[in-house]
Amino acid sequence: MIDTCDQIFVLLQHWLVSYLPASWQPAAGVLLSVAAIVCLFPALFALTTVFERKGLARIQNRLGPNRVGPFGFFQPIADGIKSLTKEDIVPKSADAAVHFLAPVLLVITVFMGFAVLPMGRNMVLVDLDAGLLFYFAMGASAELAVFMAGWSSRNKYSLLGAMRAVAQMISYEVPLLMSSVVVVMITGSLSLTKIVEAQSQYTWGLPHWYIFTPWGFAGFLMYAIATTAETNRSPFDLPEGESELVAGYHTEYSGFKFALFFLGEYVAMFSISGLGTTLFLGGWGAPFSFLTWVPSWIWFFSKLMLSIFVFIWMRGTLPRLRQDQLMNFAWKFVLPMCLLNLLVTGLWRFMGDGWLRWVVCSAILLLAYAGMGLAEMRKQRLGPRSYRYAE
Amino acid sequence: MTPLAGYLLVAALLFSIGLAGALTRRNAILVLIGIELMLNAANLNLIAFWRYGPHPEALTGMMFAIFSIAVAAAEAAVGLGLVIQIHRHVKTTDLDQMNRMKG
Amino acid sequence: MSFVFYLLAALTVAGGLAAMLLKNTVHCALALTVAFAGLALLFLNLDAQFAGFAQILVYIGAVAILVVFAILLTRGSETPRDGVFSRTWLAGLAIAAAVFAVLGWAVLGSARVLPHETAVPEVTVQQIGVALVGRYVLPLEIVAVLLTSALIGAVIVAMHEKVGHEKEDSK
Repeated sequence: MIDTCDQIFVLLQHWLVSYLPASWQPAAGVLLSVAAIVCLFPALFALTTVFERKGLARIQNRLGPNRVGPFGFFQPIADGIKSLTKEDIVPKSADAAVHFLAPVLLVITVFMGFAVLPMGRNMVLVDLDAGLLFYFAMGASAELAVFMAGWSSRNKYSLLGAMRAVAQMISYEVPLLMSSVVVVMITGSLSLTKIVEAQSQYTWGLPHWYIFTPWGFAGFLMYAIATTAETNRSPFDLPEGESELVAGYHTEYSGFKFALFFLGEYVAMFSISGLGTTLFLGGWGAPFSFLTWVPSWIWFFSKLMLSIFVFIWMRGTLPRLRQDQLMNFAWKFVLPMCLLNLLVTGLWRFMGDGWLRWVVCSAILLLAYAGMGLAEMRKQRLGPRSYRYAE
Repeated sequence: MTPLAGYLLVAALLFSIGLAGALTRRNAILVLIGIELMLNAANLNLIAFWRYGPHPEALTGMMFAIFSIAVAAAEAAVGLGLVIQIHRHVKTTDLDQMNRMKG
Repeated sequence: MSFVFYLLAALTVAGGLAAMLLKNTVHCALALTVAFAGLALLFLNLDAQFAGFAQILVYIGAVAILVVFAILLTRGSETPRDGVFSRTWLAGLAIAAAVFAVLGWAVLGSARVLPHETAVPEVTVQQIGVALVGRYVLPLEIVAVLLTSALIGAVIVAMHEKVGHEKEDSK
């Protein structure tokens, strides 16, 4: 009974596909899974937009949308109808072909990332041997779509926003990859299913998730910072900051194409949070060994929604970083910490089991963090606040 | 025609297209694009011979191609940095106008 | 020769041709990206998964963006005054055609001795990793030094030199 609940989607797929002749069955199975992904994540996106607006509103001491439906939960339907029926304006001097292809490329590369995420036990679309590499390859291709959008609009604000966005995404791609490499070092495989399986053991009821190790915790923090920057979320959302650059690289987009950019950004957030849960939070594993009767896909999506909630929380709380502060942070703090984390992971692996490696690795990471933080802050020379009033 | 011959012909075609572009375009960046196409054609050759060769488990072709990708990326970075610096100096990237050594 | 191979080959060659023939430089860079994607798919068709994904990650994710940034920083998207092909285009085209003729003749001439159908090689990423730090450790270290020096060199070459000039002007 528990196993049936856990594998319900797999059994459903097998049952639906069994009505077709044997030679069509593999392809039909894959198509069915693809259709499920393409329907599920935009639905989750719709739910997230209303959560975000209401969550941000509550953080800012106001109500969110509360007119459309009970507590405003039908707002995405109203937004969807608005986006689909607005006039699609393409500027006369814009490069029409590239202008059209940019959101298409973004959405395609963002959805391709879901092909390797294990969303439950036996619920991965393609179990690639080099799954993590495939995921990062798709993430890297999304940057080109951002540039295409900004350039084709022939608008200096769009171009500026696109250059800033691409520079930010490239700068944070290196810490993103390096913080994932430590997981690969310990697991010994690039395959995401093997990474989840390596975290599914329990000791005294507590799971072996990588976040509960010193190098995993540091890696998770670096990964979280890098993903916030990669998806252009606050506090790294200068490329799309409304007060600075009109709307950044999607200024000249209206109607359905703008909705596609919006969808692409949120679905990228889902997929990169999904990767984060797979790498550091144990994927579809339960947090305690007595909770393994709950279906695995419920754990995966709960952890995913928890990460999304943390993204929304950060957006409502932290101020925006300036472009040079952002780049400084990436190259002068996050990247050295990631390199140190690689060293610490190697030490962890070769010190053997026992309490000594916990102490040594934690000590190295904490000292480095404190040391680098002090070194960066010493240059600030922040004095008491001074006020200048208009005469 | 064997599959290997098909891949080799595609690689040869890409190589000559890249060579033609590198020899005929005016813009320095397009010459570099042609060079990248040539490097990619060579990589395709390497992987095709690895796949249809006698000892694929020795991974020689695959390793060669991976190192070639890394070296090509480094060369593209340095080449484009040079083009940017030259543009700052002579305010043009037109190769036909850069036919003197006087700086 | 399967249909998939012909499709991918056509895509790649079309991308390469467009990259070399189009007038707008940014369009050329985007056509180059299409050629890179076609090549990555050809690698996947040849069961070289690691090389295919590395091609997408490095070429489309880094080199294409580098080319596009360089075009923007050198104002390459303005239409050129004297046309896009140089004065000596005919000689270049003839040389490229000769090279293709020689290569094609070599390939077709040796079609008899080329191997036909071989088994799919079972290559895992672990084998690649073991080979990289085992048999190929010297090239790996040399490539690491090369990439570091290329990184530093590219930054120094493309850096603004105005710091010295500003100090002179302020005197």
